[in-house]
Amino acid sequence: MVEVFGIPSYALFGQLLIGLINGSFYALLSLGLAVIFGMLDVINFAHGAQYMMGAFAAYLMLQYLGLDYWVALVIVPFLIAATGIVIERLFLQHIRKLDHLYGLILTFGLALIIEGLFRNEFGSSGKPYQIPALLQGGRNLGFMFLPNYRAWVIAFSLVVCFATWFAIERTRLGSYLRAATENPALVRAFGINVPRMVTLTYGFGVGLAALAGVMAAPIYNVSPQMGSDLIIVVFAVVVIGGMGSILGAILTGFALGVIEGLTKVFFPEASSTVIFVIMAIVLLIRPAGLFGRTA
Amino acid sequence: MTALADPPIVEARRDGERSLVVAFAVMVALLVVGPFVVYPVFLMQALCFALFACAFNLLVGYVGLLSFGHALFFGWASYLCAHAAKRWGFPPEAAVLFGTLSGAVLGLVAGSIAIRRQGIYFAMITLALAQMMYFVAVRAPFTGGEDGIQDVPRGHLFGVFDLSHEMTMYVFILVMVLASFLFIYRIINSPFGEVLKAIRENEPRAISLGYNTDRYKLCAFVLSATLAGLAGALKALVFQLASLTDVYWTMSGEVVLMTLVGGLGTVFGPVVGAFLIVAMENYLAQFGQWVLVIQGVIFVACVLVFRRGIVGELAHALGVRL
Repeated sequence: MVEVFGIPSYALFGQLLIGLINGSFYALLSLGLAVIFGMLDVINFAHGAQYMMGAFAAYLMLQYLGLDYWVALVIVPFLIAATGIVIERLFLQHIRKLDHLYGLILTFGLALIIEGLFRNEFGSSGKPYQIPALLQGGRNLGFMFLPNYRAWVIAFSLVVCFATWFAIERTRLGSYLRAATENPALVRAFGINVPRMVTLTYGFGVGLAALAGVMAAPIYNVSPQMGSDLIIVVFAVVVIGGMGSILGAILTGFALGVIEGLTKVFFPEASSTVIFVIMAIVLLIRPAGLFGRTA
Repeated sequence: MTALADPPIVEARRDGERSLVVAFAVMVALLVVGPFVVYPVFLMQALCFALFACAFNLLVGYVGLLSFGHALFFGWASYLCAHAAKRWGFPPEAAVLFGTLSGAVLGLVAGSIAIRRQGIYFAMITLALAQMMYFVAVRAPFTGGEDGIQDVPRGHLFGVFDLSHEMTMYVFILVMVLASFLFIYRIINSPFGEVLKAIRENEPRAISLGYNTDRYKLCAFVLSATLAGLAGALKALVFQLASLTDVYWTMSGEVVLMTLVGGLGTVFGPVVGAFLIVAMENYLAQFGQWVLVIQGVIFVACVLVFRRGIVGELAHALGVRL
């Protein structure tokens, strides 16, 4: 058996893989938060609940409509994004002029409502979701065993992350978006419908969360509270990375997932707190976050 | 002009104080009669949460810092008070003092990290720090994990008053909470409190006037954490229990809710909010998860149409300070 630093390589790389998986979700969720914050100045506390809704939507589609994972992967993000658009039109657009903190409190309330409704309907226990037939099994790489589905999650979330980065930083639509983030009044004067862009941006961020939820369904059990603990970790990730940079959010997400995975190998007692400890250290050394700009 | 402008302001202040005195008298009267009408444990629970909400309001209402992690101080002080009373055999006054001081120390550590960022980041950082300490509480051997610390002895206060008597306990809690309430009122009306309000209104200007705003913010944070710790320590004695519920993020959310419902930045709002929410939760306990949904709906309603809160609206309608 191969050993690295006195740890069997299967254990080490196994945890590294789990770290990368968690990192994919951190990256996708913090990316969505950053995009929404950039445009709406709202920290979307309901992000975790929307991720959970994504997972549940996939579960329900399989259970009651017989629609498999691949269909869910395409449809669910749009479905949940639509609920996000309704939320933006009904609630968020009315508080745009208020202190940012009201946005946080409002979306916190929405998260409680969503989680409470799902708990009433489905109970607190987790529900299993089958890995799609195409991605079952795995391959032995010699130093570790790589399940196909996990490889797919990492690869696909990397693709989604970089597609988002490309859309925002390198396309015409993205340049409108960035301009509207900087100066909405001016962009509006050029004849661009900024309120609609804001609505669609929120929908897009929510869609990303739902996509992460669908991808998470076969890995974690689908349960109403799967989002609420995760979102707090993602907040810490966002504080560490700073919300100024898209690429920064992606990088920080993956890096922290890996660090968390490694902590599980070398110092398991600290694995649930390591990200928060890193956040505290980063705040003491570089308050604006690793990729943040000081205001 | 300035000489002419002075008298009305003094008068307005005296008027404002009058409404506060009346409201305080009403509150004390209700709390004295209360235990003869309502179940005393419910009142003690509500009083502990009222103190918790007042401590939280000190920070959000007067410095403008929204902490989403106040359960950290409440819950940990509750654990440490329970631990001191049960395993070390501390008398109740010493156990409560120990819990309160631990709130202060935790506040100093968490505060010095959190005040490095403002606004939305401050809320996320406090939430994350509280979640970290929640995980520590889950793992630490002395907290008893899922069971918590049970059967905490109430003991004899100063070796004389037997706190296992419900009424004696009630008087002890009432005196502690009212004293803290007046202490908070003193803080927000002191020169120190005026600086805090200046920071809330315009921090760069406060800095340009020569105030070291970080030190003021940290000081307010520690005061708030200490009083939240006192509330947690008292609650541990009332229920003779310290558990994970008190350090979890839902508890941080609840104190935001109480203060918001009562009125951010009002003197009596957090007390009214705490009594309402505690009553609602006791009443709705039978409906299980609907409590969560109803809390969420209240949050949304408060933000959209009811930002002043109950006491804030009342004060606005009557044109007085409350």
